[in-house]
Amino acid sequence: MFTFDPALDAQVPPERMQGLYARAHEWYRVNAAQIADGGAQLQSVETATTVKNSPSGTVVVDGPFSEAKEVIGGFSIIDVPNLDAAIKLVRTWPFLELPSWGVEIRPILTVGRKSEG
Amino acid sequence: MSGSNAAVRPDAVSAPSGPRDQIAASDHVLSQVVREQAGRVVAALAASLGSLDLAEESVAEAIEEALRAWRKGGLPQNPGAWLTQAARHNALDRLRREKTYRTKLTDMAPSIDSKSAAPGEPGADPSREADERLPLLFGCCHPALAPDAQLALTLRAVCGLTTAQIARATFSTEPATAQRIVRAKRKIGATGIPLQIPESTERAERLDVVLTIVSVMYNEAHFVEGGSAAADRDLADDALWLADVVAAALPGEAEAHGLLSLLLFHRARESARSVGGELVLLVDQDRSRWDRAHIARAHIELERAARLRRPGRWQLQAAIAACHADAETAAATDWPQVLALYDLLLGHDPSPVVRLNRAVALDQVGAHVEALTELDALEGALSRSHLWHAVRAHVLRRLGRDDEALAANLRALDLTANEAERRLLAARTGR
Repeated sequence: MFTFDPALDAQVPPERMQGLYARAHEWYRVNAAQIADGGAQLQSVETATTVKNSPSGTVVVDGPFSEAKEVIGGFSIIDVPNLDAAIKLVRTWPFLELPSWGVEIRPILTVGRKSEG
Repeated sequence: MSGSNAAVRPDAVSAPSGPRDQIAASDHVLSQVVREQAGRVVAALAASLGSLDLAEESVAEAIEEALRAWRKGGLPQNPGAWLTQAARHNALDRLRREKTYRTKLTDMAPSIDSKSAAPGEPGADPSREADERLPLLFGCCHPALAPDAQLALTLRAVCGLTTAQIARATFSTEPATAQRIVRAKRKIGATGIPLQIPESTERAERLDVVLTIVSVMYNEAHFVEGGSAAADRDLADDALWLADVVAAALPGEAEAHGLLSLLLFHRARESARSVGGELVLLVDQDRSRWDRAHIARAHIELERAARLRRPGRWQLQAAIAACHADAETAAATDWPQVLALYDLLLGHDPSPVVRLNRAVALDQVGAHVEALTELDALEGALSRSHLWHAVRAHVLRRLGRDDEALAANLRALDLTANEAERRLLAARTGR
């Protein structure tokens, strides 16, 4: 899951952003063997709508689920043998050279067999 | 707060004599035997079961059984084989209780039945094979785990401590410690943290995490909150043992020798550091009580590290400790050399604590004003640390600013939770 602070990203010059997008594209191509699903890039957080539980049933509210400055910008599914391999791959993600960026690594829940083994 | 010792550790205050001492002594031997074997058995079992959690639980159970059985009947001829056998038996039991019994059992049956050499059996020469505890140790100290989890898991899986021993040694509660270990193992299983020595590009960075945990283990033994000198399990001893294991298994890693050297220098001063439960400052220590054999070994390790020509923060700290160890009196300490080493250390570790120690060296070479300037620059980072106030008090006194010095000492007293340090500071403010 790719996370970043949109306010900080907005200060990055457009040319630099374009360069990073080109390198990200290249990143997906070079690492294709380890990428099970390219996932998706999400539209800006202003477009978010959240459906929440409330005592009187579900409510629909404008905005993201959390007030944090960092937002989730997208996700990709990778297929690697272990966490070290995941960290190694993720470290090469071009956007990590921007100040607020982070990539959260989470194992996918597999139903029907233990994730360990 | 003065009663906190008795409240937390009643056994340390009034140690009973007689039979209980004998049991304690033999328990110490048992613990050492367990420590020598536990990590190997966990590593071997984790490899054959494909699950650290299952392996570790089974070995922990086997350790509890072993301590009970050996206390009664004495040590078996081959403790390693005994533990392996018991742990495998426990693993089978656990698998039987699980629903996945059939599939897993067929997977593991060959490895359980096979007559693979158990650790410690004649024929298995540990010096000729890579130490299987190292991959386990790197897994337990994976940076994806929180430091307190790294420490607890290492103590249990690699050093063979029971959860109760870890809880007492780290001044935590047993449920909290157990929870920490369970969570860490779950994360290792779920995220696929590999039990392996990292490849060369990441080796140095990951080794530093391991060495940091060993160093934390050593320090926990000394600075437990409200702590007293005696402990059920001497974590410093475990840390020293583990530093030795790491350096022996990775002879080409300079920093591993550096940390071992550092801990040996510290250990050498142990008996002079605390007299009758009272802390004695380095400057006031009876240097004839320092352990010369430890100091000699520390020097050998430091030279071994230096020959590898890859300096680092642990070696530099060891070199600083060597300056103190080699000075016949406190006044004879080569402070300019200490300061030069701190200058180098800053390049590897620019942390506030290193800067604080460098300020002490500045003060000692006569640069009191510079020392105070540096201390004041650290106020934001260290004003909650009693050490910062204590050092500042010392420098202020050198500058003749006695009122400020007293205020700083009182503040240091307020902030320290360790009984022995508290008494030392109280004595200083009373002067």
